[in-house]
Amino acid sequence: MNPASSLLVGVMKALVGAYPRWQGCEPAAAQRIYFANHTSHIDTLAIWSALPPALRARTRPVAAKDYWDKGALRRYLAIRNLNAVLIERAREGRQGDPLQPLTDALQQGYSLIIFPEGTRGTEALPGAFKSGLFHLMQRFSTVELIPVYLENVHRAMPKGTFFPIPLICTIRFGAPVQRVADESKESFLERARSAVVALA
Amino acid sequence: MNAHQKFYWVMAGILALLLIASLTGAVLSYQVRTEAGRAVVQNLNSRIRAWWVMIAVFAVAFFVGKDTTVVLFAATSFFALREFITLTPTKRADHLPLFLSFFVLIPVQYLLIGYGWYGLFAVFIPVYAFLLLPAFAALAGDTDGFLERTAKIQWAIMITVYCVSHAPALLLLNIESYQGQNALLIFYLLLVAQLSDVLQYVCGKLFGRTKIAPIVSPSKTVEGFVGGGLGAALIGGAMWWITPFTPLQALGMSSIIVLMGFLGGLALSAVKRSLGAKDWGSMIEGHGGMLDRIDSVSFAAPIFFHLTRYFFSMT
Repeated sequence: MNPASSLLVGVMKALVGAYPRWQGCEPAAAQRIYFANHTSHIDTLAIWSALPPALRARTRPVAAKDYWDKGALRRYLAIRNLNAVLIERAREGRQGDPLQPLTDALQQGYSLIIFPEGTRGTEALPGAFKSGLFHLMQRFSTVELIPVYLENVHRAMPKGTFFPIPLICTIRFGAPVQRVADESKESFLERARSAVVALA
Repeated sequence: MNAHQKFYWVMAGILALLLIASLTGAVLSYQVRTEAGRAVVQNLNSRIRAWWVMIAVFAVAFFVGKDTTVVLFAATSFFALREFITLTPTKRADHLPLFLSFFVLIPVQYLLIGYGWYGLFAVFIPVYAFLLLPAFAALAGDTDGFLERTAKIQWAIMITVYCVSHAPALLLLNIESYQGQNALLIFYLLLVAQLSDVLQYVCGKLFGRTKIAPIVSPSKTVEGFVGGGLGAALIGGAMWWITPFTPLQALGMSSIIVLMGFLGGLALSAVKRSLGAKDWGSMIEGHGGMLDRIDSVSFAAPIFFHLTRYFFSMT
């Protein structure tokens, strides 16, 4: 890991703790999709800091291109330090399959961190999930789907603020969501959402 | 004996105590048979291990110099305030006041100690911060629970920043024929307050029968308080040679530290429970959070500071 990344993790720990709680699974090397509630710009960093260094190197956060590709600092943080997979959110800008960068990363063996709501909410509990998680689940039948609940992060840096306040944030990792044969998209997404809510 | 020689003697004593504690812990963990006993011994051993770390950190800061000691207390305030605010229900409208508390208030309060500006140090938080922070919160326009939110934030700052900063503020005092030794007074305050906590814990575990305030703090017993408090006060009296006090004065001072420390533990335990928690955090293994360890110091420090200033300081 490069020194800037270690510094970033150090700052995150000093500010918000980012303590992991492995409630339903262990920090293992298995290929995984971590999916979490999204309330703050520091969510990605918080989960990433909570992972042990060995897993961090094999895990790539998925981030919105329209935000993280703007400005040298954000791009430096997202691409150089977090090794983020950038995706296009706006329908107009898309060419071909919007999930392509994610499938590429999964095919290369990386784990992913995604926020299935697609955007930050103002409440602690997540809103409705977008369908990306469902499609990834279908395409990659062996990847573990780990629900993650970020506690207190919405207080540390709520939507609309530009600096975090130091609060102890806990990152809860739940048990993998099991696949059910022939399940509808809506039913799966609701089940995945409930798995995050159950950790709250 | 100069300040450094005194420091080495006290450190040697503390190291001996820690060694005895670690050995006792090791023997106990072999002897213990019951499940409940095992849990107690395990907690005891993690507490002792944490003590090694805390004393190492403090000794290094103390050894490096005054500025490092001040920075160490600033960091203590930072982590204690973080624990307090984490448990306190705050709202989006409190974001700016909280940001200012962490990143302006704490640095300013401790810089004032570093620069030796006592007058502003004493009033900066109770006057300026306590008037301006609620005003900033009001600017955000959310009146829902305003008084409760403001009061809780002010309490948090009062305990974790204002009170705690009175320990390193001992460096500001100008005591006759004690120049250059003030850091030993900080050491003395911490030693008596923490020994009092430890001895009360030990006496409580060994002889504790009568609970003082079972709902607020189930581990506090009359036997623990009397035994541990007396022990710590006597040790404090016997340590008069690192202070500017006579033996009798030292006994009086250490009794006050013990008493205030006890009251601090009690009051902050009530605050903690009213916020719905058993521990302030999990930063220090076996002890809970930073605030669980410094609750007694936060109450003892301002009183010890003012008594010393009033009766012994020349400025």
